[in-house]
Amino acid sequence: MKRWLPLVVFLVLVGFFAKGLFLNPREVPSPFIGRTAPAFTLPLVQDPSSTFSPADMKGQVWVMNVWAPWCVSCRQEHPLLMQIAQNGGVPIVGLNWKDKAREARDLLARTGNPYFAVPEDLDGKVGINYGVTGTPETYIIDKQGIVRMKHIGPISPEVWQTKFEPKIKELGA
Amino acid sequence: MNLFPVRQLMLAFLLCCSVPALAQEVASEPADALKEAQPIAEDPEIEARLIKLAEDLRCLVCQNESLAGSHAELAEDLRREIREQMKAGKDDREVIAYLTERYGDFVLYRPPFKPVTYLLWLGPVLFLGIGGGAWYMTLRRRRAAESIPADEKKLAAAAQLLEEDK
Repeated sequence: MKRWLPLVVFLVLVGFFAKGLFLNPREVPSPFIGRTAPAFTLPLVQDPSSTFSPADMKGQVWVMNVWAPWCVSCRQEHPLLMQIAQNGGVPIVGLNWKDKAREARDLLARTGNPYFAVPEDLDGKVGINYGVTGTPETYIIDKQGIVRMKHIGPISPEVWQTKFEPKIKELGA
Repeated sequence: MNLFPVRQLMLAFLLCCSVPALAQEVASEPADALKEAQPIAEDPEIEARLIKLAEDLRCLVCQNESLAGSHAELAEDLRREIREQMKAGKDDREVIAYLTERYGDFVLYRPPFKPVTYLLWLGPVLFLGIGGGAWYMTLRRRRAAESIPADEKKLAAAAQLLEEDK
């Protein structure tokens, strides 16, 4: 037994390191899960005279996708968002983080607009209030306006099916 | 007798201060220097507090950089936010609360002492204890092995053999 102790200790350490190696350091646990989504009122990209506020979505489950026109991985998830919007699933609100409204308008006109609304967060303060570290990041917000899930990085069809769909169904969309 | 050669110490201190300053001026473009120096000129006290605080905070983009040293856009935004809050009269604790409320304890390079972090903070002491314990046990066992009393019978037998040889 005693002879095997160093090997056992070594294997336990290898186990920990292997686990650590495959963790994603970008997946910072969000302190917002289970808390009310921070309130804001921002002008819309398409029509700066009208505004969007999370309070407008009370009573329905919705998804907030933080994106930006210059963001490459946002384009990666764009076709999927289009598909979700076409299938008439949950409304997706696309917070345009720290980029000009014109850029966002142009890009959405070219590639299609999957968003229910596109509020414009030019100075990034709303993003900071939501604990955004980079684009894309996506939140599921329930009927009472409480954040239920946060996903960091682009959404793949797989992630949508395994992480988003069950949660949205559970919340009763 | 003068134990503290004050004048020499001061000279050394001044030299230490001036060398990095010179290096910086040489290294950065004049425009850059102007851009970076401006906020410092605005309110040196807040700027010093900001840097001191931000050194213990993690930049969420380049995670191994501090918020003070990072050039990531988000870090700049967060520094601006902290600066504004400090100007509004918030103390360091309130600023840190503002950040952890949004980004969690992950922004802190010095995580708080609470049940989830007990192992993190006490781990080193624990391991030192285990190591020390193992060390002590080994030493004790070795000493015990060295001081095993010699077998009287065998000693007598050996003495006899030696005696016979004579």
